[in-house]
Amino acid sequence: MADRIAAPPRRSPMAPPPSFLWTRRIGLTLLGLLTFVPLYVLSSSLKPLRDVQAPFEWIPAHLTLRPYVDMWSTVPLGHYFLNSLVVCSCSTAVSVVVAILAAYAVSRHQFPGRNLFSLTVLSTQMFPGILFLLPLFLIYVNIGTATGVQLSGSRLGLVITYLTFTLPFSIWMLVGYFDSIPRELDEAARVDGNGPIGALVRVILPAAVPGIVTVAVYSFMTAWGEVLFASVMTTDATRTLAVGLRNYASQNDVYWNQIMAASLVISVPVVAAFLLLQRYLVAGLTAGSIK
Amino acid sequence: MTVAAEPTRTHAAHPPPAPAPKRHPWQRVARLGLPYLLLLPAVLFELLVHVVPMLVGIFMSFKQLTQFFIRNWSAAPFAGLANYRFALDFDGVVGQKLLHSFEVTCGFTVLTVGVSWLVGTGAAVLMQDPFRGRGVLRTYFLVPYALPAYTAAITWEFMFQRDNGLINRLLVDDLHLFKEPPFWLLGPNSFWALVVTAVWRTWPFAFLVVTAGLQNIPGELYEAAALDGAGVWRRLRSVTLPQLRPVNQVLVLVLFLWNFNDFNTPYVLFGNVAPPQANLISLQIYDTSFHSWNFGSGSAMSVLLLLFLLLLTTAYLLVTNRRGKADG
Repeated sequence: MADRIAAPPRRSPMAPPPSFLWTRRIGLTLLGLLTFVPLYVLSSSLKPLRDVQAPFEWIPAHLTLRPYVDMWSTVPLGHYFLNSLVVCSCSTAVSVVVAILAAYAVSRHQFPGRNLFSLTVLSTQMFPGILFLLPLFLIYVNIGTATGVQLSGSRLGLVITYLTFTLPFSIWMLVGYFDSIPRELDEAARVDGNGPIGALVRVILPAAVPGIVTVAVYSFMTAWGEVLFASVMTTDATRTLAVGLRNYASQNDVYWNQIMAASLVISVPVVAAFLLLQRYLVAGLTAGSIK
Repeated sequence: MTVAAEPTRTHAAHPPPAPAPKRHPWQRVARLGLPYLLLLPAVLFELLVHVVPMLVGIFMSFKQLTQFFIRNWSAAPFAGLANYRFALDFDGVVGQKLLHSFEVTCGFTVLTVGVSWLVGTGAAVLMQDPFRGRGVLRTYFLVPYALPAYTAAITWEFMFQRDNGLINRLLVDDLHLFKEPPFWLLGPNSFWALVVTAVWRTWPFAFLVVTAGLQNIPGELYEAAALDGAGVWRRLRSVTLPQLRPVNQVLVLVLFLWNFNDFNTPYVLFGNVAPPQANLISLQIYDTSFHSWNFGSGSAMSVLLLLFLLLLTTAYLLVTNRRGKADG
């Protein structure tokens, strides 16, 4: 503390020179514009179709909210929304619960096979989704022919395929998170008469809430933006937003204003959740990635 | 520490957590089995979504699996190594396309990772010292990363429209860089459209991770460097970058794998068939499998891709770890 108070005179050589300040201003302004531009184009969502089909204008000449109304009827957007919501929530819920149990085992117990398990989880994260898509598709088709249970094209089938990326990520992140919780806490819980499960429920879970929230939000986000599995594993009835947005392009017209409006509506909740939780997310992501 | 912990571990009991009675032999068994019980759901799901599909995929790559056999693919005739031969025969149609998409993917990945890393690190370093509005700006920069992959790509697709898009409005009408508005989603320019979109989405992640890495650098190092008379650049070169090495090691690998395996961005940007100049390897495999209905070739390509990624990642980790150790 005394060092902190004595710091100001010493900090003077640390003060950035004016050239750095200018570099910072210019650099950050450019990046700010780069980030801003696509958001500004969403003003196209407030233009009538004929204005969107004319050369781009920065300021809408005819402001209208019609695209926000029409987008629900041009394509069954509400239905796609519901499909995405159900599929993403289910795969998030399953992967978080399964990952909590597995991460607790890996983080707090020594057992033969622990390294093999960790290695498998870690390595599947680097594999391309296409690697699992083809066999899963064929397995689903086969199950369909053999038992009549249609997994391909069903929501359940999509939930399972989404686990290919939500599950390893969740396990990996939660192991890192649990490792950062001091073991003295579990030991204290044991002294108080808790079993291992009691220690998990009473001590680890409450302490790991930020990590669990991180993992859940992040899994949900990844699933929400997923295109590859959704483009193969869905039918008209189970289409998710990722693929459904395509249907705004009819043979004659592409309803760009409605696409932009729909994109905005789809993105706002996810972006808001991310930005609200970014403090936890950053802590969680770095706990996972730096270790 | 372990000695002190020993007595507490002995009454490992199942819930409800009543004060544990005297230890029974079965409780020891339960305790030994507990980790496996906890792992059981994860192992089952891993088998279901990773291990079995991967084995099936390898099996399929040795089969002559065309659309006639999709309903009952185990009945497809064995093809031996034919799928691999076709994929690696760079004079043939299949191999030529694969090689080309591999080259495109390599160029795309190196460019995207390099630029994203530079921009992200630059922004993080510029924002290392507190200034007014830093928190808001930091949050704002994360927006592209938080957007769902397809809304970001679809927005860029809209902006890249030749006649009515924002990009050509800027480049042609406002800045007069081109006489004729270029096509961005067709032909050679499509590669650059892809890179721009990918960098736009990727750099905030680099920024996020590097920012977190910067927070772990002890301030004393900077103070010592400043006392030695080091300027801004010297501090960046001698303190910041060396201290960031472990963070960068992971960051570059993650960025590489994401972009190398990227499917979402080009698929949304270009629709079902990407221009050859922007045809990433995931799309090529997708096309081979679901448009040409040749699952055998698609699987062989997947296996080759997997081998390549495994080799490259292992080599990368070996090299960076050794270098990190040598620098001590």
